[in-house]
Amino acid sequence: MSATTSGRTPATRKRRRLYAVLAGLTMLGVAAALVLTAFQDNIVFFYSPTDLKEKELHPNQFLRLGGLVEEGSVKKASDGVTTEFIITDLSNTVAVRYTGLLPDLFREGQGVVSQGRLGPDGIFVATEVLAKHDENYMPPEVADALKKSGQWKEPSK
Amino acid sequence: MIAEIGHFTLILALIMALVQAFLPLVGAARLNYGWMGTATPSAIIQFLCIGTSFGCLIYSFAVSDFTVINVAQNSNSLQPMIYKISSAWGNHEGSMVLWVLILALFGCMVALFGGNLPPTLKARTLSVQSMIAFAFLLFILMTSNPFERLSPPPIDGRDLNPLLQDIGLALHPPMLYFGYVGFSMAFSFAIAALIEGKVDAAWARWVRPWTLLAWVFLTAGILLGSWWAYYELGWGGWWYWDPVENASFMPWLVGTALLHSAVVVEKRDALKTWTILLAILTFSLSLIGTFLVRSGVLTSVHAFATDPERGVFILALLIIAIGGSLLLYAWRAPQLKGGGLFAPISREGSLILNNLLLTTAAATVFIGTLYPLMLDAITGDKISVGPPFFNATFVPLMIPLIIALGIGPLLSWKRGDLTGALQRLKFALVVSVVVTTVAAYITWGRSIFGAIGLGLAAWLAAGVCIEFGARIGIGRSNWQDVIRRAIGLPRSAWGMMIAHFGFAILVAGATGASIWQDEAIKSIRVGDSISIAGYEFSLRNVDNVRGPNYVAQRGVFTVREGGEIVTTLAPERRRYLVQGTETTESAIYSDGISDLYAVLGQPDGEGRWIAKVYFKPLVPWLWLGGMITVLGGLVSLTDRRLRVGAPTRRQSVPAGAPAPAE
Repeated sequence: MSATTSGRTPATRKRRRLYAVLAGLTMLGVAAALVLTAFQDNIVFFYSPTDLKEKELHPNQFLRLGGLVEEGSVKKASDGVTTEFIITDLSNTVAVRYTGLLPDLFREGQGVVSQGRLGPDGIFVATEVLAKHDENYMPPEVADALKKSGQWKEPSK
Repeated sequence: MIAEIGHFTLILALIMALVQAFLPLVGAARLNYGWMGTATPSAIIQFLCIGTSFGCLIYSFAVSDFTVINVAQNSNSLQPMIYKISSAWGNHEGSMVLWVLILALFGCMVALFGGNLPPTLKARTLSVQSMIAFAFLLFILMTSNPFERLSPPPIDGRDLNPLLQDIGLALHPPMLYFGYVGFSMAFSFAIAALIEGKVDAAWARWVRPWTLLAWVFLTAGILLGSWWAYYELGWGGWWYWDPVENASFMPWLVGTALLHSAVVVEKRDALKTWTILLAILTFSLSLIGTFLVRSGVLTSVHAFATDPERGVFILALLIIAIGGSLLLYAWRAPQLKGGGLFAPISREGSLILNNLLLTTAAATVFIGTLYPLMLDAITGDKISVGPPFFNATFVPLMIPLIIALGIGPLLSWKRGDLTGALQRLKFALVVSVVVTTVAAYITWGRSIFGAIGLGLAAWLAAGVCIEFGARIGIGRSNWQDVIRRAIGLPRSAWGMMIAHFGFAILVAGATGASIWQDEAIKSIRVGDSISIAGYEFSLRNVDNVRGPNYVAQRGVFTVREGGEIVTTLAPERRRYLVQGTETTESAIYSDGISDLYAVLGQPDGEGRWIAKVYFKPLVPWLWLGGMITVLGGLVSLTDRRLRVGAPTRRQSVPAGAPAPAE
């Protein structure tokens, strides 16, 4: 590979550049392969409760579910750390079960995004529950979902 | 009155920036030294104007002048003074003023310390820097004026977001911005060099210290942010691959590549066009980061202070700046003359590999961050790309990087001896295998990647030690010579080895933190306890405490290991009175090798509390390794050849003198 005789001939320079370009392209190929495989397994789609009713799911699909926490729906299970609540887009609802600490901004009537899987019993088992760090905040996906279901009201700020 | 002065000086700075963006540039084209010379004073005046303006803003916050909208919305008279001041940059408007202040500061420093730059290069660099400043000043004045008044003024302000009322986050934005914006200097130098049509070793010597300075601050800023997320968000995570984090991480990755390729330009006069491209890309990513964070296009766990309307302005700015500079690059770069040749197996070759891996990693992060936005824009599908994606793409690219990082510094310039280098690294291989085996044995039954990660860290750390030993001649000469050589090593060599060693420790910390964490969650009464990893956390009592602008419930946990009291942890649940926001304050005990971490959750109203406790091995090494890496950068910055303002001294070294090894 490094059979250079005298060095600075244009041919070697070009060949060297070719090596560099090839190395770069290989790297890009590797990156593309990594990204594509990772995209296949690791992208999480966002669903509203209505989407969840209407769209086909792969069995055991990991997904994000967003909407409002229905007023009066939050219940603690007897173990003290599992919470059950209902997420609604004001057209449809889904029951959610989550074991863990709820975020500080989790409130009834407020927007929330949960991540997990829909169980065979129709209860969404969340591994993560996200609420935004700002009291006025509505996660954009949730706002869109509400707009789609025709229940969107401009926040009165 | 003070606010008006702030506003007025900001407008003055805008006019100054406009003049500075054109006069020196035209002067350089016409070789008019008078015009070129205006760059220096105007850069200084511009900085002073923006500095005054920022001072006025801080003053308004410090005295809680609620007639200023920005103060009323983001501060409160009850806040401690330090958070009143940090409120000044804890909001969109103020943080943009800080942004341009740092931009102007870098310009000012080049104006002051760049006395021995060629006049045309200096004039052009400062002009380019000023174009960026002009655009951002215009942005502030048109869309985000921090000095707007409010009438009638409210009795008290709305308070700073409680999560931001924290020392880590008081310092995080200035550090991060210093790094982010500091890359503008490398960008301006690159654009100036493209206009000039000349890139040589001297150019790289001028660019390197600025890049290094920015890099040091960016690294420290990212670390601070990560540390803040670790203890403040109360989820015990240190890195979420959150879009906002990625926004600062992408320029870091490409900036790190730039730092290394600039070495090749300086030492070997090669990789010039590539280095220019990296300089442009690094700052472009900083701009994209600013856009992502400031425009409100992201759903992020911590996108504070956002407003979509401003996005359009920054987007236009982004297209002009990035598009324009890449066009200039496409037009001018082919005219730059290539330099020294080298074999694929050589120091240059290994630095190219470093560059390729880092930029590829940056590209995968970029795709993962922006793909959801693009998909949403095109198809309306909402997706999120979380940690699993980044772990599957980023980590595989880091593994060869770490392996190569052990070998690269042992190769010589031009043509290296891979077999020889590997023979010298035999010891590192042994250490690595031993560490991997021991780690795998201790953590049997858990993910094997933990042991591999530690093995890689050990490989790198041992590799750095071998390199250090070889340089100072341990085993080859007597100890006086060894010490003399160690003292005589260039600071940049010291800096490199320290930084690489710190990186090894950071890798170990990241591995432990990601893979070996233990956690338990339970609903407990006072007197109950939770056990985890041999530690017993018992809840002794829950007190009500009162802070300056919040009330809190504080749980006191006694932690025992085998009956012996290890420590007492007191996590809090705070309610900030003004906004009514609740936050969770975790409590952490660190013994230098692992952290014990406790969080107090919601009460159930019947005397029980949800408590979550973690055992986090090696997390302290993350911060330690990061700090050592930053220290390495600082040491390298003190190298005489890189010292700001002293770039020409080396040219006086006789031509025959051997170049210091690095």
